[in-house]
Amino acid sequence: MDRWELFLETFFKSEVITRYWPEILSGLWVTIEVALAVVVAGLALGLALAVLRAYRILAVTALIVVFVDMFRALPPLVVVLIFYFGLPNIGIVLSNWTVLWLVLTLVLAAFAEEIFWAGILSVPKGQWEAARSTGLGFGQALVWVVLPQAVRLTIPPLTNRTIAITKNTALGTVIGVGEILNQATTATSFSGNATPLMLGAIAYLLLFVPVVMVGRWIETRFAWERA
Amino acid sequence: MSGPAPILDIRALHKSFGATAVLQGIDLAVAQGELVFIIGPSGSGKSTLLRCCNRLEEPSAGSIMVDGADIMAPGVDLNAMRLRMGMVFQSFNLYPHMTALGNVTLALRKVQRQARAEAEERGRAALAQVGLAEKARSYPAQLSGGQQQRVAIARALALEPKIMLFDEPTSALDPELVGSVLTVMRSLREQGMTMLVVSHEMRFARDAADRVIFMDGGRIVEQGPPGALFGAPREPRTQAFLADIAH
Repeated sequence: MDRWELFLETFFKSEVITRYWPEILSGLWVTIEVALAVVVAGLALGLALAVLRAYRILAVTALIVVFVDMFRALPPLVVVLIFYFGLPNIGIVLSNWTVLWLVLTLVLAAFAEEIFWAGILSVPKGQWEAARSTGLGFGQALVWVVLPQAVRLTIPPLTNRTIAITKNTALGTVIGVGEILNQATTATSFSGNATPLMLGAIAYLLLFVPVVMVGRWIETRFAWERA
Repeated sequence: MSGPAPILDIRALHKSFGATAVLQGIDLAVAQGELVFIIGPSGSGKSTLLRCCNRLEEPSAGSIMVDGADIMAPGVDLNAMRLRMGMVFQSFNLYPHMTALGNVTLALRKVQRQARAEAEERGRAALAQVGLAEKARSYPAQLSGGQQQRVAIARALALEPKIMLFDEPTSALDPELVGSVLTVMRSLREQGMTMLVVSHEMRFARDAADRVIFMDGGRIVEQGPPGALFGAPREPRTQAFLADIAH
């Protein structure tokens, strides 16, 4: 067996591919499901927190900052393990899917809040003043004048951060969520061959390369519509 | 003083930022249709005075009546009060993500709750008033500075204010663009708009103002018709200021 055959035998063994690709595919769907749920909930919660912070109520701001700093500092894997193995001890039992979704949502929300908040702060004060001087209330000025500008400024960092956190769906493997990596490692131990891991890697590429490309497209699309 | 009540009536207005007293007792009444010009060295408090009128800066003490309504009254609907006063800023402050028409109609739709068609009709009329009817669909970045400032004037005019406040409206403009903005202000004056203007455009003040106010150190030092104030200022501080800006 020459080296090339050994390589193919190790990473692209045809019997293993035929036997296990449906598992990897089902894992792909689970990953997509969790990822979408995380992106939607995480960005929505992050935006909501940034808006809340804009009202500058001291106690609220303090709570938000504590939450944000905590979830930005903790490795997501630690939180996943605490939620899954720790919370049942105080009577809170969450399914593994729920834990994975919830933790990644909170992490994304924490980062997204910081990014949205920076965006809100970077909108010039004159924009607020112009809006308020025409009779718009604080909330109206925020929604119609400031947020649209803030969100556009935040698209590039937000896209990067969202992709980075969404990839953490692979952490689901440690608590048995049947996502790509979980299916791939299981199949690898059953088959005694690394091919399923390679299939898993390909599944990640199939999923995230288009996301990265869409991210780049959004960045150019939302660059100012200027002449 | 008899005659109709002033549109803007400021009494004993004080404003401090921390320990710094910026306005130290301003009394100023602006009559219907009057164009009042405020001049003075930087730091004299003239912009702060203007910004106190619609409470973008919160006055420390004093009373401000706008068209008979006390805007300092506790529980006053400040957003409603602000509809009576149009404000034009040095830096235009147009909303960059909206077209000219979008800028002009936002408050009509969200504050006055007009239907889109109604608001756009009013907005187009306001843009026509500043000579920019054909720019309704342009974004601010596609307009020159002078055009942007005229859109900002239209945004304020669309709300049909009782008085227009201009905070150095031409200071950020290239010299060749100043004229178009002053032309619009002149036509507003001819239509009888009441205006309070902070500006360094002395020629315009001389030509168009009914009254010129010289401020220094947070106080009104001297005021009068432009001919008198520019021609024969009484106060030494006014004389010194006018001599400074003459060259």
